[in-house]
Amino acid sequence: MPDFLLELFSEEIPARMQARAAADLDRLMGEALAAERLAPEVTATHVTPRRLVYAASGLAARQPDLAEERKGPREDAPQQAIDGFLRSTGLTLDACELRDTPKGRTWFAVIHRPGRASEAVLGEVIARVLAGFPWPKSMCWGETKFRWVRPLHHVLAVFDGRPLPGAFAPDEGLSLAFTDKSRGHRFLAPDPFPVAGLTDLKAGLAGAHVVLDREDRRRAIAEGAARCAEAAGLRLRDDPGLIDEVAGLVEWPVVLAGRIDEAFLDVPEEVLVTAMRTHQRYFACVDGTGRLAPRFVMVANTEARDGGAAIVAGNERVLRARLSDARFFWDQDRAKCLDDHLPALAEIVFHAKLGSMADKVARLERLAARLAEAIPDADPMAAERAATLAKADLVTGMVGEFPELQGVMGRYYALAHGEDAAVADAVAAHYAPLGPSDDCPSAPVAVAVALADKLDTLAGFFAIGETPSGRGDPYALRRAALGVIRLVTENGLRLGLSDLFRSALAAYPEDVTGIYPQEHVDSLVGFFADRLKVALRDRGVRHDLVDAVFALGGEDDLVRLIDRVTALGQLVDSPDGANLLTAYRRAANIVRIESKKDKIAGYGDPDRARLAEPAERALADGLSASGDQAARHAASEDFAGAMTALAALRAPVDAFFDQVTVNADDAALRRNRLALLQHITATLDRIADFSKIQG
Amino acid sequence: MPGVSPPPTSFQDIILRLQQFWAAQGCVILQPFDMEVGAGTFHPATTLRALGPEHRWNCAYVQPSRRPTDGRYGENPNRVQHYYQFQVLMKPSPADAQDLYLASLYALGIDPARHDIRFVEDDWESPTLGAWGLGWEVWCDGMEVTQYTYFQQVGGIECDPVPVELTYGLERIAMYVLGRESLFDLPFNDPEAPGAKTYRDVFHRAEREYSAYNFEHANTQALFRHFTDAETECQALIDQRLALPAYDHCIKASHLFNLLDARGVISVVERAAYIGRVRTLARACCEMWLEAA
Repeated sequence: MPDFLLELFSEEIPARMQARAAADLDRLMGEALAAERLAPEVTATHVTPRRLVYAASGLAARQPDLAEERKGPREDAPQQAIDGFLRSTGLTLDACELRDTPKGRTWFAVIHRPGRASEAVLGEVIARVLAGFPWPKSMCWGETKFRWVRPLHHVLAVFDGRPLPGAFAPDEGLSLAFTDKSRGHRFLAPDPFPVAGLTDLKAGLAGAHVVLDREDRRRAIAEGAARCAEAAGLRLRDDPGLIDEVAGLVEWPVVLAGRIDEAFLDVPEEVLVTAMRTHQRYFACVDGTGRLAPRFVMVANTEARDGGAAIVAGNERVLRARLSDARFFWDQDRAKCLDDHLPALAEIVFHAKLGSMADKVARLERLAARLAEAIPDADPMAAERAATLAKADLVTGMVGEFPELQGVMGRYYALAHGEDAAVADAVAAHYAPLGPSDDCPSAPVAVAVALADKLDTLAGFFAIGETPSGRGDPYALRRAALGVIRLVTENGLRLGLSDLFRSALAAYPEDVTGIYPQEHVDSLVGFFADRLKVALRDRGVRHDLVDAVFALGGEDDLVRLIDRVTALGQLVDSPDGANLLTAYRRAANIVRIESKKDKIAGYGDPDRARLAEPAERALADGLSASGDQAARHAASEDFAGAMTALAALRAPVDAFFDQVTVNADDAALRRNRLALLQHITATLDRIADFSKIQG
Repeated sequence: MPGVSPPPTSFQDIILRLQQFWAAQGCVILQPFDMEVGAGTFHPATTLRALGPEHRWNCAYVQPSRRPTDGRYGENPNRVQHYYQFQVLMKPSPADAQDLYLASLYALGIDPARHDIRFVEDDWESPTLGAWGLGWEVWCDGMEVTQYTYFQQVGGIECDPVPVELTYGLERIAMYVLGRESLFDLPFNDPEAPGAKTYRDVFHRAEREYSAYNFEHANTQALFRHFTDAETECQALIDQRLALPAYDHCIKASHLFNLLDARGVISVVERAAYIGRVRTLARACCEMWLEAA
C-alpha cells in the first residue's frame, strides 16, 4: 500500500513549541484520516526549526466503499411519503427493495458510496488539520487570514511517490500548490530538491545540511559539547534542558568552544552561568574540582568557511560585553550595603491593594520572628534580620539585569557586608521550594523566612479575593501553598495552620483583611486541604483518606494530620481494616434506612440492660474498650496504635452480624440494636470519618 | 547565494547602504520624524501607515531615538540616551521578507558563509502604542542585530493586511562590522577623509549634557504640566478629526513621560497609569487616522 509524506515548511518555529507541535500533528492527522476511513499502518513525525514532517505508510489508495441502508415507508404508505423517501435517497423505486418487517412490507434503500481516491481526500485532510492547528500563539501575515506559528512557505505533500493535485489555499490571500520539492539548510543548501517519500526526504536533507530528527540533533549536541569540553581537559556542566532548547534552534548543529576572559571569573559563578545560559544559550564547563572554567561551549547552526573562527570571536565579544555589564553591577551593588537599598523597595509594588515591597518586608520581619519562636533552633533575631534583607537585592543592578538571580545575589551582598552566614543563606533560600522537586530549606532561619514569605503572600491575596480559580493562578498561590506544606512537613514543624494564617493576616491592615479575618482563615484552610491532597497524591496517598481525616475538623497540624492519614491507610489496606470498613458501611446503611422509616434522627446510646445475645454484649464491650484505647493512642499521637485498637473490633463486629437479627420483632430490642450499630460508626468516626473512604 | 558586499567603512556608510538597498526594493525612503521619539516605530510612517489607508505601503528611514533612562554621561561603551535605528515597514509583508532582510545584511558585508545568522523567538509589544506582533530577534554570532516583527495589532486595531517591521540597531551593527569595542570609537564618516570624525566627535558632548539634563535638571513640574497639555491638545485635535497633529501630541506625551521616568519622579504604580494614558491617546489617534481617511 502507498505511503504519504507531509512537510510543512515555515519560517523559524519557536524552540519551545516544536515537540508539542509534532505530537499535535500526529494526533490530528490520525483523527482526520480515521474520519475519512483511512488508517495508516505506521506513522512518524519530525520537527526542526523550519519544518514539521508527518509520514504515514501503508495508506489505502482509495477509501473503502460504504454501503448505507435506509428504511423507508411501508408499501401501502401514501405516494407522497414514498416520493419523499426517493428524493432523500436519490434512488428510483426499482432500485429499492421491499422487505417483510413486523409492521408489514416496507421499502428499503441501499445506497452505495464508492470510496474516493485517497489523493483527493488527503488534500482536504491537510486543509482541515492546518486550519485548526493548536499553536500556543499564532499569527497572520501578508494578506491571508490563515493563522500559523510564523509564515508558512510550502506544503510538501507526496502520496504514492507523486505530489497531491491542487493546493493548500485557505483563502484568497494564500495559495501554496502541493509540491514534492523540499529544501535544505537556509544558507548551506537552499536549492529545492524532489522527494518521493520519507526515506528520500531524510537522505536528501542529510545531504543538504539538515538533521531531520530531533533526537539525532540532541545527541549530536550532547556528544559534541562533551567532546569539546574534554578536549580542554574539562567537563560539561550538566544541563539537559539547554540541550533540548538548542536542538530546537538549529537544523545543522556545529559545536564550537570559546573563551571567557579570566578577569570575569571573580564574579559569582551563578552570574556567569546565567549570562551564558539564559541570554546566549551557551554551555558552561567545570574543571576537575567542579569550579567554573574560563571556557564555554556554543552551538552554531552552520558550518563556516573559516572553521567557525569568526563565529567564536563574535560570540566571545558578545559575552564580554554582557559580563562587563555584570561585573559593573557586581562592583556597584557591593559598594552599598543591603540596608542602603531598602528605601528603594518602597517604590516597588507588591500588589496595588497590598502595598509596596517595603510594606511586605515590614510584615515579613514580624512574621518571621514570630515563626522562629516556634521553630526549633531558630534565632528570632536572625530571622527578623534575614527578613529585613530578603528583598533588598530586587533593587540592585544585577537583579535588574538578571531577575532569575534574586535571592542568590542578596546572599552574596549580605556576606560581602559581614552578615551572619545563617542570615545570608536565608536570604538566598527564602524563595524555595519553588516546586515539588526543588530543594526545600532546612536551616531554621531560612525555614522561618521562607514560610513567612509564602504565608504573607497567601494571606494577602486571599484577603483581597485574588484566589486561584480553574486554571488561572497568576500569583502562583498553589505553588506557595505547596511550599508551606513542604516546609512544615519536611521539617517536622508542629504548627497549626489556622494559627499561621491568623498571624499572617494580622500583619495586614484592617482595610485589607476586613473586620472578620476568620473568613479568610477558613478559606485558606479549605484551599490547603485541596493542596495537601494533591501533594499527598503525588506521594501515592489516597485523597479520600485525607478527606476522612480532614472531616474530623479542627485538625490543622500538618505533621499530625499526615501521620493519621498514613496510619489510616495502613489500616484500610489490611484484611481486618477492609473487613471493618465493610461492617462500618453495613451498620451505617442499616441505621440510615431504619431511622428514615422511624422518622428519627438517631437511636441514642445502647442500653446495656437490653443487650440480649452474647454477641451483642461482646460487641458493646469491644466498642467501649477499643474506642477508649484508640482515643488514648490518638491523644498521644500514636495513630498506628489507635488503628490497631480499631482493627481488634473486626471479630466482635463480624460475630454480631452473623448471630444477631437487628430487626427483631420486639420494638425495644430492635431500637437498642440499632443504637448499638450506630455506636459502631460513632466509635470509628472518632478516629477518622470512615464514610469518606472509598473503594 | 547572492553577492556579499565588501565591509562598510563607516557608520554613515552603513546607513547609506541600507537606504540604497531598501530604495532598490521600492521603498519610500523617508527622513527621520522631526520630533523626539523612543523608537523608530513611533514615526507615523510606521504607527499610522501600518493600519491604512493604503493597501500597500513600503518605507524605510533612519530614526534618531531617545531613551533618557539609558543615558550614561557618555561613559558606557554600549549605552547612550540618543541613538539611531534604521526602520523598514513593508505592508503587506512580502512572501520573501526574510530573504530580503538577509540580503540587506549581505549588503552590509555580513557573509553567511562566515557568520551564524539566527532567528530567535522574541515577541514584540509596545504597551504605549497598544501594539504587538510575533517574530524574532535576529542574532549574528550571538549578537542581536535586528528586531523582526509581523505586526498583528497597532493602537489596539487588527492589522489587515499584516505589515512586517524591521528595526536595525545601527550602533550595535556598526560596532560589529567595523570591529569597535566602544560605539564612541566608530568612524562616523570615511576615516581617510580630511575631516574624519568619530561617533565621539559628533555625539559625546551631547551625551554628557543630555544625561545631566535628563537625570538632574529637567524641570519636573514643567514636564508634568507639559504632559497634561499634550494630552489635552491631543484629545482636542481628535475632536477636530485631525489625526496627524493629534498623533504629534501623543508622541510628545510619550517622550515627556520618558523624561519624567528618567528623573525618577514616577512611582511604579503611577508608571502603569501614565503608560495607559499614552496608550489611550495612541488608540484614539489610530482610530481617527482610519476614520477620517
